[in-house]
Amino acid sequence: MTLSVSDVKRIADLAYIEIDEDEAKETLIQLSGIFNLIETMQAVDTSAVEPMSHAQSVTQRLREDAVTETDQRELYQSIAPQVEAGLYLVPQVIE
Amino acid sequence: MQWEIVIGLEVHAQLSTQSKIFSGSSTAYGAAPNTQASVIDLALPGVLPVLNKGAVERAIKLGLSVGAKINSPSIFARKNYFYPDLPKGYQISQYELPVVQGGNIHIQVDGTEKNIRLTRAHLEEDAGKSLHEDFHGMSGIDLNRAGTPLLEIVSEPDMRSSAEAVAYAKILHALVRWIGICDGNMQEGSFRCDANVSVRPHGTEKLGTRCEIKNLNSFRFLEKAIDYEARRQIEILEDGGAIRQETRLYDANKDETRTMRTKEDANDYRYFPDPDLLPLEIPQSWIDQIKQTLPELPQARRDRYVSAFALSAYDASVLTSSREMADYFDATLKQLPAQAKLCANWIMGEISGQLNKEGIEMTACPITPAQLAALLARINDGTISGKAAKTVFESMWNGELGKNVDAIIEAKGLKQISDDSAIEKLVDQVLAANAQQVADYRNGKEKAFNSLIGQIMKATQGKANPAQVNAMLKKKLDG
Repeated sequence: MTLSVSDVKRIADLAYIEIDEDEAKETLIQLSGIFNLIETMQAVDTSAVEPMSHAQSVTQRLREDAVTETDQRELYQSIAPQVEAGLYLVPQVIE
Repeated sequence: MQWEIVIGLEVHAQLSTQSKIFSGSSTAYGAAPNTQASVIDLALPGVLPVLNKGAVERAIKLGLSVGAKINSPSIFARKNYFYPDLPKGYQISQYELPVVQGGNIHIQVDGTEKNIRLTRAHLEEDAGKSLHEDFHGMSGIDLNRAGTPLLEIVSEPDMRSSAEAVAYAKILHALVRWIGICDGNMQEGSFRCDANVSVRPHGTEKLGTRCEIKNLNSFRFLEKAIDYEARRQIEILEDGGAIRQETRLYDANKDETRTMRTKEDANDYRYFPDPDLLPLEIPQSWIDQIKQTLPELPQARRDRYVSAFALSAYDASVLTSSREMADYFDATLKQLPAQAKLCANWIMGEISGQLNKEGIEMTACPITPAQLAALLARINDGTISGKAAKTVFESMWNGELGKNVDAIIEAKGLKQISDDSAIEKLVDQVLAANAQQVADYRNGKEKAFNSLIGQIMKATQGKANPAQVNAMLKKKLDG
């Protein structure tokens, strides 16, 4: 797969990362290197191997359905830049 | 050209757990903003999600109820997008290997049974809420809802009309409440529908370009939104245009759908397995254990009502529209076996009507199944007429005389006259006083018969047993 500068810009856009033209070109070179690596690995026949969804072969532990958290809004909001009426305030977002 | 409408539904059912899917915060509705948002829900650095067993259990319950496959292992994935009410920058959802795979829901529309296939049902967390009222040009974020467990239930595009879509949504809505995994409160957003709608020329196979209508929170809106959307698409196609794949919103005030976002600016969610969560193993022993706790399902009960009590398919489906109603019916019938139709009629008629009128739930019904059975027993043994029973019912509903059926009948003098000699005396009196009508009847005027019945009933204030009066009068006139 060949990556273009516009692909890099699209990915940056999705990730909300601002990059300029030079950074995009630089990133293209780095990402292409990673893609080459993947391409090399794809030569290995993995058809008989089950895809791994986690690096450790252990399974998920479950917790009982019980409320264990108490209201600590005041504490959590003490580090927020701006709060009002119990709400966290953020720059206006209207789609 | 004849068009065919193709509909698939995605339903988000909020699971009725006490705590959130990945944290120990409460899920109670209506709390003050951010008082139920812990470090995990706020996505502070370094915290890890721990999966709620109750959420998984509820997903398995649904899977078992629709005959689906339960995947083990099942995998959680990150769905990436940016929005301030999603502080992690991704929603934990499932992509490959959801807990529930496949399954079927049977619906009935206009007396015809139809099978709707399910694609999957997966667990995910809800996002928080953004409040766009003016906070000095800022938006307010409430994260109480963030991390609330949802089960997204996805159907195949098997529905062909808004009526079928509503029937499916209603059956699913009844089912999640029946098995106790979701409270089904649509006003509070516990059960929300997204509809995928496309149209194609009748008789063709290829699916048309679809539009998704988001967040329909009532059955009526679901129906109207689909009808509007299908009309819109057909008009465009008939004018030679093309449908653009997009997400649309339904505006209930204007009864129309409008563009929310198009495919071009659709998010690429870049799903990948969440490294914070290990594969979820669901041992068969756990599934078997959950199976033991499942109640008799609506479909099975419907079938039983038809086969064991000879009720019509319609009656059976109304009675099983909620578990509370079906339980009420069963409890009434237990007191009055062999009177299934009488019990069904009164529960679907008087009881449901009165509950609806007063806006109360079956569980809060002022008349217990035993009390209703006591009333119906008096109709059955001829003590009171069906009409008088309605008067007794009203008194019971209002709590008169300790809801004691016999005491109310006595106090109101509603006892039916069923004594043959008393009825004969009455009939003779009325015949003697209405010689003209007797003559009319004997001259072939059938109508005169009903008039005579009316006179007799009037003379007894409606208390004479109508069947006996009828037979006696016939005997006297014809015999």
